Amino acid sequence: MKVFVCIKQVPGVSEVRIDPKTNTLVREGIPSIINPYDKNAIELALTIKEENGAEVIAISMGPPQAEEILREALSMGVDKAFLLTDKAFAGADTLATSYTLALAIKRILKSAKNKKDYLVILGAQAIDGDTGQVGPELAEELDIPQITYVQKFELKENKIIVERIFRTEEVVIIETQLPALLSVLREINIPRFPTMSGIVDAYTKKEVISLDANELKPDKRKIGLNGSMTEVWKIFIPERKAEQIIIKGTNEEIAQELCRNLKNDKIL
Amino acid sequence: MSIFIDDELCTGCGNCVENCAFSGIEIIDNKAIINENCSFCGACLDGCPVNAILIEREEFKIEKIDLSQYRGVWVIAEHYKNIVHPVAFQLLGKGGELAKELGVNLTFVILGADFDDRLEDFSLYGPDKIIYIKSPILKQYYSDLYVEALSDLIIKKKPEIILIGATPTGRDFAPRVAKRLNAGLTADCTGLEIDQNTRNLLQTRPTFGGTLMATIRTPNSRPQMATVRPGIFQSPERMRKKTAIRKIEYNFKEEDLVTKIIKVIDKERSSVNLEEAEIIVAGGRGVGSKENFEMIEELAEVLGAELGGSRVTVELNWLDQDRQIGQTGKTVSPKLYIACGISGAIQHLVGMQNSEIIVAINKDRKAPIFNVAHYGIVGDLHEIVPVLIEEIKKNKNKE
Ligand SMILES: Cc1cc2nc3c(=O)[nH]c(=O)nc-3n(C[C@H](O)[C@H](O)[C@H](O)COP(=O)(O)OP(=O)(O)OC[C@H]3O[C@@H](n4cnc5c(N)ncnc54)[C@H](O)[C@@H]3O)c2cc1C
Ligand SMILES: Cc1cc2nc3c(=O)[nH]c(=O)nc-3n(C[C@H](O)[C@H](O)[C@H](O)COP(=O)(O)OP(=O)(O)OC[C@H]3O[C@@H](n4cnc5c(N)ncnc54)[C@H](O)[C@@H]3O)c2cc1C
Repeated sequence: MKVFVCIKQVPGVSEVRIDPKTNTLVREGIPSIINPYDKNAIELALTIKEENGAEVIAISMGPPQAEEILREALSMGVDKAFLLTDKAFAGADTLATSYTLALAIKRILKSAKNKKDYLVILGAQAIDGDTGQVGPELAEELDIPQITYVQKFELKENKIIVERIFRTEEVVIIETQLPALLSVLREINIPRFPTMSGIVDAYTKKEVISLDANELKPDKRKIGLNGSMTEVWKIFIPERKAEQIIIKGTNEEIAQELCRNLKNDKIL
Repeated sequence: MSIFIDDELCTGCGNCVENCAFSGIEIIDNKAIINENCSFCGACLDGCPVNAILIEREEFKIEKIDLSQYRGVWVIAEHYKNIVHPVAFQLLGKGGELAKELGVNLTFVILGADFDDRLEDFSLYGPDKIIYIKSPILKQYYSDLYVEALSDLIIKKKPEIILIGATPTGRDFAPRVAKRLNAGLTADCTGLEIDQNTRNLLQTRPTFGGTLMATIRTPNSRPQMATVRPGIFQSPERMRKKTAIRKIEYNFKEEDLVTKIIKVIDKERSSVNLEEAEIIVAGGRGVGSKENFEMIEELAEVLGAELGGSRVTVELNWLDQDRQIGQTGKTVSPKLYIACGISGAIQHLVGMQNSEIIVAINKDRKAPIFNVAHYGIVGDLHEIVPVLIEEIKKNKNKE
């Protein structure tokens, strides 16, 4: 069985801050990390490998520096890592991203003995683009069942049984067969840390294999900007609703002043 | 594909740097320079006052579709146990405005099993048409059936805009439908507008956990699909109106399903209703202990408010899970939100920053919560909250 994990490199979101004085982005020294949800996806894949035996393959589409996160995945215990990188892939929306990821998965499956014996795991959403659309679009591209927002997982023979969250109060237990695609929530597990020997292996025994457009042979109308139907037209910093007032004084003065203000705002 | 800066036009004004979410542009020697962080998203182009930035795409013979074949605004509903999610009615409100601007019809689409008696009621929310896709099995939500039935219908009817609630269900089927149709889909929108010249839908959505807003359009293809966050738009006034009703019966069979629902667990529906609360008092780690939380509860009580908190307080067992506010909890937008001892991590802010008035009480002047607060109080909450409770009581007695 093959377990594919799709991982995305994202800026550490807590580092993307707005400077309240100038109302501009502060971006100094933003580190790039594995999308937090994708670490849960890796953890799930590794647990499946430990319990059932499987080959775990991490795939990321991104600029050359996304190699870092694939090395981190390898050091956590992932067996193989593929980096889909090419200028032609850049500017992809979720349609183009899922198309490109699917090409790589299909290519890797070509050499597999059983072409149906696989599972694809993604994070429920990336913390930057934050659409959560890549999973369902990838499942459609691969023509396999999807279960999104998974918080519990069990594999029995070829059957998968999962808990999916619908709303805060509603959980549904769903069953399906392999092949299938899951997107996971952070609640599903606690990702492991790489071990020392894992890190050594990631840089010595294992490799990150790069695939570009020449190797993936895409339909050029479906990748990068050309394959993207949505277009980011502009990006802006949300306006603050009101001028901020810092209330000062003794505790009593502060309480009185706040109540006065809230009355003026017609809230009290 | 390549991106260029025309050095002769570039004035080094730096607008592009501000528009870039990826640190992909720098100003060096008074000229903009693209670096390796560039994701080719194109957000910088619009902000450049002198049109000095150019993205060159390889030209392919992409069949230009005839956009004018596509007409009409659709809203697709979802339901659970026969209760329609309120976001569907909110979207009929907004969808109605968009349809009016475009001079087209508004259509309400619902998939289900027992809605025959309810169609009349749905018509009160203003659609010109209702399409009811009926099959006994659609009592419950199945991804694959929604995708199949909706894709077929959209291909036949060619609406120009499709609005879907950005709930776990909407965000499950919408992308798959979009992929099948090769349609652009914008996620989790909080703003929708029409560009009259092009009839394009301008879709605004928070990204980077809400620190940035992006406006997305789908200029070259149709339909334009969007999932829209619940609680942003208002349900319209109910009104009697002539509505055309169309019922389509499907004979979906259990054995055709690719997934099987084994069990539906209803977590006890609690009486906590943060989403609709007018006032919320929330506590964070700064409250200090479960015992101290009683003080926060008392403040909530005198204000007639609901009690909420950060994830940390839930993890520490000071508060029940269903009172967590933020990315992995509830999204709220009360008239008044009082944050006590909450630092304002981005995952918390995304759940509450749409509140009308935000009051922050925190001893650290640099805590990020102050960036979104309208009234800030810098100090020890253990001293301030009791005084505030007394002051509010006094005010109440005066009335
Ligand atoms: C400001 C802004 C707004 C955008 N809005 C939209 C929009 O509304 N609609 C749209 O179609 N596109 C949009 N995009 C483009 C979108 O961000 C990219 O297509 C991105 O590559 C994938 O989308 P995501 O980040 O939303 O991922 P999600 O769909 O949220 O990611 C879910 C999971 O998919 C996997 N995954 C995602 N990307 C990759 C990757 N590159 N490699 C490997 N695995 C991956 C990961 O497992 C991840 O956890 C936007 C881009 C920007 C900059
Ligand atoms: C994927 C993900 C999802 C998450 N989802 C959520 C979510 O849904 N909701 C959420 O809330 N968090 C969420 N978090 C966690 C979030 O990142 C923060 O860790 C959390 O919000 C911090 O909670 P806090 O503000 O209560 O605690 P802290 O960050 O520890 O802040 C405590 C604050 O109290 C102040 N304080 C201390 N003592 C006093 C005093 N005596 N008087 C006044 N002020 C005092 C301090 O100055 C400090 O600012 C998520 C994190 C991740 C990674």
